Amino acid sequence: MGGRKGRHQVVGTPRRKVDAVSKVTGRTLFADDIALPRMLYGRLLRSTTPHARILRVDTSKARALDGVHAVLTGADFPVPFGILPVSQDEHALCPDRVRFIGDPVAAVAAVSEDVATTALDLIEVTYEPLEPIGTPEQALDTEEPRIHEYGPSGNIHKLIDLEFGDVEDALATADHVREDLFFYGGNTHLAMEQHAAVADWSADGKLTLWSSTQTPHYVHRALARVLELAPSRIRVIATPNGGGFGGKSDPFSHEIVAAKLAMLTGRPVKITLTREEVFYCHRGRHPTLMWVKSGVDRTGRIKGMHFRTLLDGGAYGSYGVASAYYTGALQTVTYQVERYRFQGARVFTNKPPCGPKRGHGTPQPRFALEVHLDKIAEDLDLDPAELRLAHLQPPESLTANYLRIGSMGLGACIRKVVDGAGWKERFRKLPYGRGIGIACSSYLSGAGLPIYWNHMPHSGVQLKLDRGGGITVFCGSTDIGQGSDSILAYIVAEVLGVAVADIAVVTADTALTPVDLGSYSSRVTLMSGNAALQAAERAREILVRHAAAKLDVPAERVGLADGQVFDVENPDVGMTFAEAVQAAEAAEGTIGTVGSYTPPRSPGRYRGAGVGPSPAYSYSAAIAEVEVDPTSGIVVVPRIWIAHDVGTSINPVNVLGQVEGSVYMGLGEALMEEMVYRENRNLVHKIPSMLDYKSPTTLDMCDVVTYLIEDPDPEGPFGAKEVGQGPLLPVPPAIANAVYDAVGVRIDEVPITPEKVLKAIKDCDKGRDGRFGPMRFPDVPWPEPTRVPPPWEGGDGRAAESGAVGAGGVRSSSVSAPPVPAPEERQH
Amino acid sequence: MASRRPDHPATAQIRLDLNGEQTTVAFAPHKTLLEVLREDLGLTGTKHGCELGECGTCTVLLDGRPVLSCLVLGVACDGAEVRTVEGMADGPRLHPLQETFADLGAAQCGYCTPGFLLASKALLAANARPSRDEIKEALAGNLCRCTGYLKIYEAVELAAAKMRGDEAEPSEETLYGRP
Repeated sequence: MGGRKGRHQVVGTPRRKVDAVSKVTGRTLFADDIALPRMLYGRLLRSTTPHARILRVDTSKARALDGVHAVLTGADFPVPFGILPVSQDEHALCPDRVRFIGDPVAAVAAVSEDVATTALDLIEVTYEPLEPIGTPEQALDTEEPRIHEYGPSGNIHKLIDLEFGDVEDALATADHVREDLFFYGGNTHLAMEQHAAVADWSADGKLTLWSSTQTPHYVHRALARVLELAPSRIRVIATPNGGGFGGKSDPFSHEIVAAKLAMLTGRPVKITLTREEVFYCHRGRHPTLMWVKSGVDRTGRIKGMHFRTLLDGGAYGSYGVASAYYTGALQTVTYQVERYRFQGARVFTNKPPCGPKRGHGTPQPRFALEVHLDKIAEDLDLDPAELRLAHLQPPESLTANYLRIGSMGLGACIRKVVDGAGWKERFRKLPYGRGIGIACSSYLSGAGLPIYWNHMPHSGVQLKLDRGGGITVFCGSTDIGQGSDSILAYIVAEVLGVAVADIAVVTADTALTPVDLGSYSSRVTLMSGNAALQAAERAREILVRHAAAKLDVPAERVGLADGQVFDVENPDVGMTFAEAVQAAEAAEGTIGTVGSYTPPRSPGRYRGAGVGPSPAYSYSAAIAEVEVDPTSGIVVVPRIWIAHDVGTSINPVNVLGQVEGSVYMGLGEALMEEMVYRENRNLVHKIPSMLDYKSPTTLDMCDVVTYLIEDPDPEGPFGAKEVGQGPLLPVPPAIANAVYDAVGVRIDEVPITPEKVLKAIKDCDKGRDGRFGPMRFPDVPWPEPTRVPPPWEGGDGRAAESGAVGAGGVRSSSVSAPPVPAPEERQH
Repeated sequence: MASRRPDHPATAQIRLDLNGEQTTVAFAPHKTLLEVLREDLGLTGTKHGCELGECGTCTVLLDGRPVLSCLVLGVACDGAEVRTVEGMADGPRLHPLQETFADLGAAQCGYCTPGFLLASKALLAANARPSRDEIKEALAGNLCRCTGYLKIYEAVELAAAKMRGDEAEPSEETLYGRP
């Protein structure tokens, strides 16, 4: 057994997920699979108009219908809610105003869905229409009516202006300056499972909610707030999510309404959204207009970058403030950016609210940045892969906006795909109609700050050790298909030297499990993994102490492997794992441990520094091959090569699945997926069905060649970083760059539809520039920038005193020196 | 599951060979096979993604053929043989497709999985050695948002090999990526 030293028993080996058998046998109970005795069925009546005052809601006929047990309206929900403390702008049912088609106005609980649906038809709502706002430009131009009574002015929800060093000066002195405009269309998660919730209220004043949510902890908080109940009386259980992708991360009306209906009727109530409703609940990718201007030297080094974004937020705040910051946060973590300015604006429109979708706020700017770099490489006559390799952000460094980079495997990723795809032999050398393009990206392994301000851990784990040798792991994390339950089991099995099958996992139940903030921002493997690691190491320490006493050897000589606890110098002498637990329990009583994880403190101290920091960043590089039919504009992607720096693969086959799934979703966003509203018909969703909202089928999906780059990150459990979101990001820009290589036209927006490609090709044939994309960035009343000198210009992460730093005031003699900061001591 | 025929007085009754068991079930006659399975027979392994025949999630085998159970009326199934995901395993022994879907991570969230398993089962019953293109064609009516389909193809291919009695193991690239 000593021969195993230094090698992992569980980590790094492909294996089944702990819930695999229950999923392939249909035994997994999703929220809508739950049926309780005497259960009623709830439905929501949704607004049929995009913007209006509610003058009257008459529910009398619905209440009189046989089989109806309760009817609710906005008057029943005076307390607002929202995922972010700064945007508490939603009501479970609208009290006096509707803001998009689909906004919930009333709700019914009845003996069946059929009766509930009939009852909805009997509710009469009188609206006084208000001018609907359909586009961000219109939102900027419309002072009144305001969709919400908060935000800096008119229909602007959030304005951001951050400047790290004097960018104007950098642009003025750069060898080459380029500016571009891009647009990234809005799209939606389209999880296969529709949202559903079941609520149960017992007469002793306790509420239980089962829901397909990615964030049971935040739902718990929202229920307590809106229902004015003590959190200690509420239990939220996240059922396994039938896909999430960010679309089940907000507290939703139907969850709160189901709870209230259960409280009123004393019976369990289930609400399952229809597919059409899911399209309207949305919270998907923000349509984002972007302008970028960069100054580079002859090698392509970015001396200064100025980036602007305009996000179409839809009707509510949701995660929007965070989304807006994210459109400017991660531009700096891949290639060195010496000076950086970000201006972001999010506006309200009368459309379904946008929020977080896989990559939350970062796929849009990543698309812009990577296509922009492709153009810069061409301007400078440089190979775009070489340009990227020459200016990588170093590992163990700080960025201009004070993000702390740990391990950084992007160089290895680029080299892998360049070799694998035969880049050098093929780039700019394929026949007309065929092309190849490269793009890179990075993503967080968990947000560095919680959604509401507090000093508590982001993830907690409890372990219970049974005398029979079994171990139960309790953690608030939510499995949305990514395999987070399995990660807990693998890590505990690894540390305690037992089989994965000896571990039971109990997750996502606010009554049973310690808090984990939720399955968002790719945080779960790193954060709940570290919490599990700490809990398991503490358990190991207890077992080793008692086993050492029993074996009469020093504790350092006790090993745990294969379900045995033994003397590593004499492996035949030992006991079973169960016997070690029994020895410990005899000496100490019941054996259990806890572990928790809090991310390291970020060095950024300016307002807005809270979005972007992460314990570790994953990196990806992708090369896409395309075939463009110049007569139809149809783009076919036969193959994508992708390399992903995951730190350590805890289960490689699952990591591959996450990479392939991310590539798939990126392909869909790049070529076909788009949320479209009929501007001339009251902003009704054009295509709220799975048939007409095009997503890739087996016949559209490309081949994927995946390389896993493993360079363990000191912050991750066993070195692991994220994989669930990052690999989506390079796919759309790689495809756009490949389309240019194939037919010489720039499609500066996604989705890259045949119509746009054809228009650009025809434009090109007429001697024009062959570009399809936005033409202008509207005027935005930007605030005074927050000026933060970058680390290499004497900055300490704080904003310069307002007014004390004029243009040039923060410049120092080090500007011309390579701004490579000294490796930072890691805080942890 | 909203169907719009409330208070329909009549009740239909049909006989099914359901996963090898003779079953009689009574239900409101406007119900789809999907609703009868989930609501009247308690077989929630069959899932719904759209209830409009767009996503393939509710696929079951009707007399051996894959159908979208959300588009089939329960009353049209009298006397038919119906196979759902609950009937795939042989007692405690998983079907080879279930084994390979589990081994290769072809089920991520697992919501579309029952539909893919049954569509794949029908394919392998008709074609013991399907090519990759034939697998894509057979599964083109089933949407999956998690996997990008690749692990599903590999699982079907591996199961097909096992069902033929071939010595078959997943490739290193399937498990670890390309070196």
